Order: sequence, then structure tokens, then C-alpha cells
Amino acid sequence: MSQFSVNPVVGADWTLFGHNIAFTNSAAFMLVILGVLWVFMLGGMKRQLVPGRWQAAVETMTDFVANMIEANIGPKGKKFTPYVFSLFMFILCANLIGLFPLAVIPGLHAFTVTSHITVTGVLAIMSFSIVLIVGFWKHGLHFFSLFVPHGTPFILIPLIFLIELVSFLVRPFSLGLRLFVAMTAGHILLDVFASFVIQGLNSGGAIGPVVSLLSFVMIVGVSALEILVAAIQAYVFALLTSLYLNDAINLH
Amino acid sequence: MDLASAKVIGAGLAAIGVGLAALGVGNVFGSFLSSAVRNPSAADSQQGRLFIGFAAAELLGLIAFVVAILILFVVKG
Repeated sequence: MSQFSVNPVVGADWTLFGHNIAFTNSAAFMLVILGVLWVFMLGGMKRQLVPGRWQAAVETMTDFVANMIEANIGPKGKKFTPYVFSLFMFILCANLIGLFPLAVIPGLHAFTVTSHITVTGVLAIMSFSIVLIVGFWKHGLHFFSLFVPHGTPFILIPLIFLIELVSFLVRPFSLGLRLFVAMTAGHILLDVFASFVIQGLNSGGAIGPVVSLLSFVMIVGVSALEILVAAIQAYVFALLTSLYLNDAINLH
Repeated sequence: MDLASAKVIGAGLAAIGVGLAALGVGNVFGSFLSSAVRNPSAADSQQGRLFIGFAAAELLGLIAFVVAILILFVVKG
């Protein structure tokens, strides 16, 4: 499981208030993601009337997120498009760069930033805080009416309030946990099949190479699935964020 | 039965939940597909709901995976 270990790249002994603040491979890959996103967006923001290939690619992504916001929140949600777009592109890039076979270059190891709950948890907390701030800013204490759906019988109000409150409070956990576990599980699956390939070749028996070949075919298939999962998880994170924002803005 | 073997059995039981989530996810996409084939013009507008259902069904399987990992690696004994 060494692909999940966070190692210092430089400054292993840097400390701030007694905490180690080394520049780790996690931070390095976040910088790589930032660079990739920057290049991708700068290359496409040409504003030509007839877009070239690159500009069309960027416009496809922005239109995709803008349409999602428009469909889920409505016109009031337009000002949240930049946030959801950044979130979507960051997670998508992080997931895809983590799958990149960088290890063919000796000494380099791909690191999936989103396979750590510290990263996905912070992303989820950011989304949840924005929902809370927007909700209380726009509606004040009226925001609590989110927890009592229209037409609830009077007797049931305490029970429904409790259930809705728990389901509301569990959102940041489910949001962060989903992305983290989906990425971790996929990488563990690839790791397990890769170890099958090596053990099959090392076993020396007649059946070993057959196991290796089958496992290798599985790796190819699972890698294709992982690319799909990387895109779906980024989409689901952005979609759920926009749904929660819809709750805060429009209150059912 | 000692604790180590009980832990492994418990993790295996928790892994059943992952398979059950597979049923749920398959049901979500299967139901969507069977209705989308009947009325393809309405299919695109329901894609958001498709993925909400997918996310809800998948989350429970992922939680089962987390429980298995917690039992195996975090629970001391």
C-alpha cells in the first residue's frame, strides 16, 4: 500500500508551532494539479467567436457545470458556478492524475490526492460551510424550516425534525467519505491484481503464468473502470454540492 | 475462537455489504435503462436523478468497505 504513503519531498525538519510542515508528495501533486488546471484554462480562454479545439474543450467543461447549476439551483445559483467548477475540475484532475502511470519513470510515483480523507474531508467541509453560511445569511433562523417539510402533521414534527437534522448533519461525512473510499478502493483493487501478476510469475509453477495473464487482463479492465469512476465521483461531488446549495438557497 | 480469527470473519461479513450495494447500483442503472429505452426523449433530463440514486446506493457499499477496513486494521486486539 505504499502508493498511499505521504512522504516529505523537501524540508522534512521544517516545523511551525511544533508541527511538521514538510513539503510532501501530496502537496507536490496538488501543485501539479493546479499547474495542469492553469494551463488547461489559460489555453482555452481565448474568447474567439469560432472556438478552436482547446477552447471548445474548456467551453464544454464550463457549459457542463453551468448547465448542472442551472438545472439544480436555477438562476439564483449562477454565482456559485465558479466554486462548483473549481471543485469539479480539481477533483477530476486529482483522480485522473492519480491513475497516471508515472511509475514507468524510475523514482516517480503517482499519488492520488483524493485518496486521503484529510483532503476530501476539507473539500466536503468547504462545501458544507458554504451551504451553512449561505443558508443562514439568506434566511436567518428561518433556515431551520429546511428540517420540517411542508405538510408535516403536527404530532410528527419533533420526530421529522430530528431525522432531517441527522440527515443534514451527516452530509459532509458522506460527501468526503464517498470520494475518499471510491479512490482508495480502486487503487487497492489495482494493487491486489498487480501483486497477483508478480506472484504468479515468481511462483515457478505451470499455472502461475496463466494467473498472471488473467490478472493483467483484469488490470486493464479495472483501469478503464477506474477512469470512469474518477469522472463519476468528480461529477457526483459537484452534483451533490449543487443540490445542497439548492436546499440552502431555495429552502425546498 | 480467538480474537484475530473473529476479526477476519467480521471483516468478511462486512464485505457482504459491498456486494449488496452492487445489487442496488445495478438496480438503479437497470431501472433507468429500461425506462429510458421506452421513452428516450425524457432520458436526458433525468440524468441528474440517476446519479443521485447511484450515489446514495453506492455510499452504503463504500461504508461497508470502510467498516471492513476498520475492523481489519484499526480495531486493536
